[in-house]
Amino acid sequence: MEELLSEYLPILIFMGIAAVIGIALLVLPYLVAPSKPDTEKLSAYECGFDAFDDARMKFDVRFYLVAILFIIFDLEVAFLFPWAVALGDIGMFGFWSMMIFLAILTIGFAYEWKKGALEWE
Amino acid sequence: MIVATIAFYLFAAVTIAAAFMVISARNPVHSVLFLILAFFSSAWLFVLMGAEFVAMILVIVYVGAVAVLFLFVVMMLDIDFKSLRSEMLNYLPLGGMIGIILLLELGLVASTWVFAPDAASLAAAPAPAADSGVTNAEALGRVIYTQYVYYFQAAGMILLVAMVGAIVLTLRKREGVKRQVIADQVARTPQTGVEVKKVEPGQGI
Repeated sequence: MEELLSEYLPILIFMGIAAVIGIALLVLPYLVAPSKPDTEKLSAYECGFDAFDDARMKFDVRFYLVAILFIIFDLEVAFLFPWAVALGDIGMFGFWSMMIFLAILTIGFAYEWKKGALEWE
Repeated sequence: MIVATIAFYLFAAVTIAAAFMVISARNPVHSVLFLILAFFSSAWLFVLMGAEFVAMILVIVYVGAVAVLFLFVVMMLDIDFKSLRSEMLNYLPLGGMIGIILLLELGLVASTWVFAPDAASLAAAPAPAADSGVTNAEALGRVIYTQYVYYFQAAGMILLVAMVGAIVLTLRKREGVKRQVIADQVARTPQTGVEVKKVEPGQGI
């Protein structure tokens, strides 16, 4: 346990340094840079005319489809990792159970390919 | 070990603070970003418990994919959040009921030793201890694909249903979109691509 955690210590130190640098870059401008805001400085600027509409517009639903297909194959790969590590112990049964799992997901993959879900119009 | 203890309190505090900000942030996009922070710091808590594999899966699947999906959903919904907030009182009874049910379930989990004293031994994972030299991923791999093969295949079926469902619900063919069909381009010959017209002098075509 102790050994395992000490392997993660460099990552923790790395994250600590990253956090310190990030916070310093956020805080230093507040302390150092002059700041005299007025309404004209803070108003939205768009090349001389008023903004057409809100910047937070709706996303197309196709992004969602791409994201959910990504999650599914992400999970498939996540299942492959322990299988690959333990393949020596689980024998032919474990091998073929993963092959069936992959075959099921390949059916879905063929379906989405045929449907054209992977194409960007 | 003191470093591990400090890290535990640090990440536990960050998790709770981020989880509180998820429900109290005004902007739902900020809520999702705080959710990512909560996922990330709870991944560190898993690491501190010795569950490396779960921690990495949490980062890959939840931070990498699920949070992005939440972000898309939040950005796809065109909700006027001010009007939603004013109707919050209407949903308070239903939401409160769900919250109470969740709290009761959490209480049942936390007080298992009263209701089902042998549950802990039943739920005990066959995983070897962390210092036996067997990694998390290996310990999981030894049981998922053989002992729990039905659950594993059921997971595959659920993923298939999710894939088909997402395509059926969200895929719409658009009319009038010009696509590149490479086979058609390659199959073009001078005979099909060019037409020679005989033009009389002094007249148009």
